[in-house]
Amino acid sequence: MESVKPILEFNKTCVSYTKQTMAVKYVSAAIDRNTITAIMGPSGCGKSTLLRAANLMHELYPNIRVDGEILLNGENILSMEPVDVRRRIGMVFQRPAPFPTMSITDNVLAGYALNGIRLSKAEREETVERCLKSVALWDEVKDVLNKKGTFLSGGQQQRLCIARALAMKPDVLLMDEPTSALDPIATAHIEKLMQELQKEVTILIVTHNMGQAMRISSKSMFMYLGELVEYGDTATMFSTPKDERTKAYLTGRMG
Amino acid sequence: MTDKLYKVLLFVAALTMPIVCGGVVYALVTDAYEAFEHFGFIQFLTSKEWSYTEGAEQYGALPFITGTLMTTALALIFCIPFSLPVALFVGEYFKGTKVASVLSTVTDLLAGIPSIIYGLWGFYTLRPLIMALGISPQGSGVLTASLVLAIMIVPYAASLSAEFIKMVPNDLKEGAYSLGATRAEVIRKVVFPVAGSGVFSSYVLAIGRALGETMTVTMLIGNTNNIPESITSTGNSMASIIANQFGEASDLRFSSLIAIGLVLFLITAVINMIGKMMITRARIS
Amino acid sequence: MTHLKTKHRLLADKAMLWIVCLFATLTAVPLFAILGEVLLRGYDQLSWSFFTETTPTAYKAMKAIEAGEPIPGGIANGIIGTMIMLGMAAIVAVPTGILCGAFLAENPKNRFSQTVSYLTDLLQGTPSVIIGIVTYMWVVVPMKGYSAIAGSVALFVMMLPLIIRSTEETLKILPASLKEAGLALGGNRARVMLKVQLPAAFGGIFTGVLLAISRVIGETAPLMFTALGCSFIRFSIDKPISAVPLLIWEFFNDPNLQELIWGASLFLLLFVLTLNLTAKYLAKKWNQ
Repeated sequence: MESVKPILEFNKTCVSYTKQTMAVKYVSAAIDRNTITAIMGPSGCGKSTLLRAANLMHELYPNIRVDGEILLNGENILSMEPVDVRRRIGMVFQRPAPFPTMSITDNVLAGYALNGIRLSKAEREETVERCLKSVALWDEVKDVLNKKGTFLSGGQQQRLCIARALAMKPDVLLMDEPTSALDPIATAHIEKLMQELQKEVTILIVTHNMGQAMRISSKSMFMYLGELVEYGDTATMFSTPKDERTKAYLTGRMG
Repeated sequence: MTDKLYKVLLFVAALTMPIVCGGVVYALVTDAYEAFEHFGFIQFLTSKEWSYTEGAEQYGALPFITGTLMTTALALIFCIPFSLPVALFVGEYFKGTKVASVLSTVTDLLAGIPSIIYGLWGFYTLRPLIMALGISPQGSGVLTASLVLAIMIVPYAASLSAEFIKMVPNDLKEGAYSLGATRAEVIRKVVFPVAGSGVFSSYVLAIGRALGETMTVTMLIGNTNNIPESITSTGNSMASIIANQFGEASDLRFSSLIAIGLVLFLITAVINMIGKMMITRARIS
Repeated sequence: MTHLKTKHRLLADKAMLWIVCLFATLTAVPLFAILGEVLLRGYDQLSWSFFTETTPTAYKAMKAIEAGEPIPGGIANGIIGTMIMLGMAAIVAVPTGILCGAFLAENPKNRFSQTVSYLTDLLQGTPSVIIGIVTYMWVVVPMKGYSAIAGSVALFVMMLPLIIRSTEETLKILPASLKEAGLALGGNRARVMLKVQLPAAFGGIFTGVLLAISRVIGETAPLMFTALGCSFIRFSIDKPISAVPLLIWEFFNDPNLQELIWGASLFLLLFVLTLNLTAKYLAKKWNQ
């Protein structure tokens, strides 16, 4: 059942905010192509930090250090230009944040505008329609494409942000608790969407919602105090966790 | 002290504001009346004669309105290439660091220097420089005044702009970075559009300051009562003609100066009001 | 090809950073240029007598210049005039401003307070030369002469909006719980304001007053038509009086006295900047 080659691989990845404390300690894990992998753990366990490192978000904050390797198709992204990496690894954040000064169309195409890539009119229209369709937003907004993205509901905004990330055709999509700011209906919508999306993109999602992890992911990681405690098939991990700490977390005794 | 007395006391203190402002308007209007009546309101604003030969007195505000608009516009143009980098330095690139607070202390101190000292510096340092460079033979003039004015308004424009640039949510910036944008692109395409109206309003308020700045302009603009033909010509601004001639003026000239004061007051009031309204709106969104 | 483009973009990014740093640093140049010039040209004039003696007459100064001696005299008349006018202005402006600021903080929403708030902005933005001519008509004309009173009225009008704003803003950022706790203990509004809110806001208000003083102490235009100036030390408030910025203006216009400009400017500049830095330091300290 094992894939030939992992698309993303953490190799002894460490992240530290200060010299003394490490937020992520020696995490090693290989992520298979076209899967959904959930990262779980109590708050402060380093799961978001790890995810953000894969998008080189730490480069924005001079005091954060990342050691070890993070390999994308076998290449270490830590020694690559962030600008190149981020186009191949998209990210969706906790709170939906469409660009308030841009229309829905421009939000979807924001990646191209920001990267200074010119598209023909046909390409623009094709991209907008394709991406909005793949996040199931097309039917809802196709008549108001020139309105500001901020007029949409929270769930719609988050889907717009996913469309924005997909427009760049990334290999990997990182999602940092993408539904934590949304209501249950919008959450269900986005979960369904992710199942569809894994055909085109590999998804790595941070969640503190165990139900969500169970519903959508094929593989799961459990992190605690910066360590990767357990990594394996989601179903197996939920039914027979190997580690005491995983068990404690999954049964609600921790967290 | 009872609650009632307390409320009355606060109310009375608050009343000083309408009284003072009413007094300002009243004094300006009553004393400007003579000039407006004598020359006609529109006539006064559009006439470029300013001569106090007895019997043939003719006063028009156009040279000084032009002088004020020219110095203000030039000061704004010179100020932007410095205030915008300062705002980005303090509000984005080095936000919250020691260097940023050093730079904002420097600009705060620039804002604290009395305008008469700016005038002296302009007169004894900048003016000879302008003469040496052959820009203008007499050294003083609209350009010289504008250059110093620009330095004076940089702190106002920069500190307020920085405040709005700082407020651009991190979510948006990270969103843009995650799509592969460089910092320069994030600034151009996310930070400026989002902070834009706030940044713009800070320049409106800076204009409000430049319009009424008195001593610096008085010392540097050259004190001639003509419409400046070019930016190196001499002239007078509305504030500087008042400063130059108020002490010796009487009757019609006195009233004409007050009338110029009233016009200046109205212009700055409108500009400041627009600026404040824009700021309030920018803060809410 | 994309790689080339990325290189280009990264270069543009670097360039922007350098441009921002360069121009931001250049902004600091005028401060040091002005400080340097005033310091270099003014420091050898500063002596004890510069602060204790009054301005020389143009004739005396001319004689001294002819004899190749330093110009005698100093700026004592200006310092005393500034102190008198600033003191009178502050005595009225500080309590009025604090009460008015308290009014705005207590009644933020009604129409009257919104008008007052707007007028405060209006007055704060009014060019100082206009305050000068208006005060001339308010005070100098009815009193039939220039006076220290007129000068201090002009300074009062300039200080008032600054103090109102700083008081209002300081009171507004106090936690609401402070006021509520005071009221819950049975204090009436006046007592809570006096015993709880104002003491808690003291730092901010004090800083505001310092900044207001530093802002108006160098004002020249409003004093030209109100206090006028005077070449000897005077304590009567109904007669013309001098002030440090007025002296600088006089020295600037009198070829014989020009050497005195720099000493007076240095004194004024150092005073204002020290006041500014102190205010900033105190604000930081009180905020912690």
